[in-house]
Amino acid sequence: MINYHTVYTTCPYCGTGCGMLLEVMNGRLVGVLPCKTNSINQGKLCIKGWSAHEFVHSPERLKKPLLRKDGRLEEVEWDEALSFIASKLKAITQTHGPDSFAALSSAKCTNEENYLLQKFTRAVIGTNNIDHCARL
Amino acid sequence: MTNSVEELEDAACIMIIGSNTTASHPIVAMHIFRAKEKGAKIIVIDPRKTHIASYADLYLAEKSGTDVAIINGLLHIIIKEGWYDKQFVEERTEGFVELKTLLEEYPPARVAEITGVPEAQLRQAAEMFAKTKQSSIVYCMGITQHTVGVDNVLSLANLSMATGHIGKWASGVNPLRGQNNVQGSTDMAAIPNVLPGYQSLADDAVVSKFEAAWGVTLPRKPGLTLMEIMGAIGTGGIKALYVMGENPAVSDPDIQHVKKALEALELLIVQDIFPTETVALAHVVLPAVSFAERDGTFVTTDRRVQRIRKAIEPIGDTRPGWQIICDVAHAMGAGGFDFASPSEIFAEIASLVPLYAGISYERIAENGIQWPCPTKDAPSTVFLHKDRFSKGLGTFKPVAYKAPAELPDEEYPFILITGRDGFHFHTGSMTRRSKSLTAQINRCYVQIHPLDAKKLKIKAGQMIRLRSRRGAIEVEARITPIVQSGSVFVPFHFAETAANVLTNPALDPVVKIPEYKICAVKLEKAT
Repeated sequence: MINYHTVYTTCPYCGTGCGMLLEVMNGRLVGVLPCKTNSINQGKLCIKGWSAHEFVHSPERLKKPLLRKDGRLEEVEWDEALSFIASKLKAITQTHGPDSFAALSSAKCTNEENYLLQKFTRAVIGTNNIDHCARL
Repeated sequence: MTNSVEELEDAACIMIIGSNTTASHPIVAMHIFRAKEKGAKIIVIDPRKTHIASYADLYLAEKSGTDVAIINGLLHIIIKEGWYDKQFVEERTEGFVELKTLLEEYPPARVAEITGVPEAQLRQAAEMFAKTKQSSIVYCMGITQHTVGVDNVLSLANLSMATGHIGKWASGVNPLRGQNNVQGSTDMAAIPNVLPGYQSLADDAVVSKFEAAWGVTLPRKPGLTLMEIMGAIGTGGIKALYVMGENPAVSDPDIQHVKKALEALELLIVQDIFPTETVALAHVVLPAVSFAERDGTFVTTDRRVQRIRKAIEPIGDTRPGWQIICDVAHAMGAGGFDFASPSEIFAEIASLVPLYAGISYERIAENGIQWPCPTKDAPSTVFLHKDRFSKGLGTFKPVAYKAPAELPDEEYPFILITGRDGFHFHTGSMTRRSKSLTAQINRCYVQIHPLDAKKLKIKAGQMIRLRSRRGAIEVEARITPIVQSGSVFVPFHFAETAANVLTNPALDPVVKIPEYKICAVKLEKAT
């Protein structure tokens, strides 16, 4: 049985914000269609937009948390990665103060993620050292 | 953007400055071409004769880094000839006298000498832009990535206010954002000097509001910018860095220096979807989902909050970025991170950010909403500054021309410009894993003018070593008159021959943006 449907979303590349329909077949992305009713792109896409689904299933995707052990990054479970981060961050900020931490947020990530990372930086760590690649 | 993308179709004159629009923002270019079909005049100002320049009614081939001089020159002519909008200047602005005084120093003859643009073309551009009823400015990183980036932007604001080309349908100042959510990440205060919604860290009432909502005491001292953070690793006190969805080991200027800084960290946390060059230096790596595997919102270059929607399940043992940050916060024992979905996070944002107060997932629906949207029944704000500026009167800020930080000399005789190729995106972590795009181009190149190629006996396709004071890369020569003689261009998407090995980390003093658009290099044939 073939399960095919489309999901309306926004292009992940430049800031124009073209509306696109991701074509999903049996749980995998198989293509992109431009959205005609989005007033920005009005049924058009550039070549990057047309191929925006291609990198998603790349075999190079990171699939497990990694932790550096004896100089090498090794796959670990989430719990181990998260508790490593918590204990290291606590130790560093307790010794050197909150301004020894900085975060680089991302123009590739959502509003919700940017909001949470700055909230984490300001409210949990206690520093305003947060920036992102808007200047790059 | 002060205006909406589709409004550009109704502009009668569009001045494109420092934007390779057809390559970097093809759909914006589509609207510009539609305007041209309806009779709009197109002015392109750029040191490279880009694709869109070949469709321009007027192309001004400026020397790199002389934008302030050009704009001041245009304003000089516009005011001398009485082509400025006297009513707009009187009713809506202040500081016009100071601007006029400074502009005395920019007569056409001097401006032509600084910029390389003939006086007659300056006159034509000034008349075309000022005397057309609905003119718009479109600009991109060719304006901002300079040590005078802020001065460049202020000059454009001066031009639009003096001519009254702002605060109207199809008429305004329109920066094109290069990434899907530059606007949103700035709105959300992923920047060191404000709280979400551009609310001031110095305002006690604002800080109290956030402290009450988050249940903490907030730090008041502004933080460090990206380039300052890189500089402060090691001796400057930064010991731990959390990088979410960025690749500074390729994207920052002078990357050999950046890599050394990242290696000196006690803790480098990297959250990403691919094993980037920055992931390779991390102590701990958190695998995130792609845009197709999560819900959320992006904000377009024209301030439109739009949805992304989950289309497939997370690949492997990955998690949505928002969930990962909550997990880290929980591991630290922190409260305030109990969200079941991105729409709950958005509701908290709307409760604290007046620009977003009237926006919700329900209202965004299929068409998005453009901020400011202060109440639940307020409509999208299609263009900004109608009737009044948010601060009241618009202030002219006279700015003098300053030369770039590193100009060519005998040892490094060429100007290097870096930028995008139309088939790739930023450090290539996504586009270089897309077969349709790598089929078009998958290796770096340098554009060299035919006269320079002849002089240096360089042939198309030959490998050329480009060297600056910071380092060297070897790339393939493309001989093309797109660049001026004396300048070369290299795209920055290719980590193995990264343009940012060469670039100069000199910064704009105010916003700390690096001067990616100009540094000095020499060309050698690679053996």
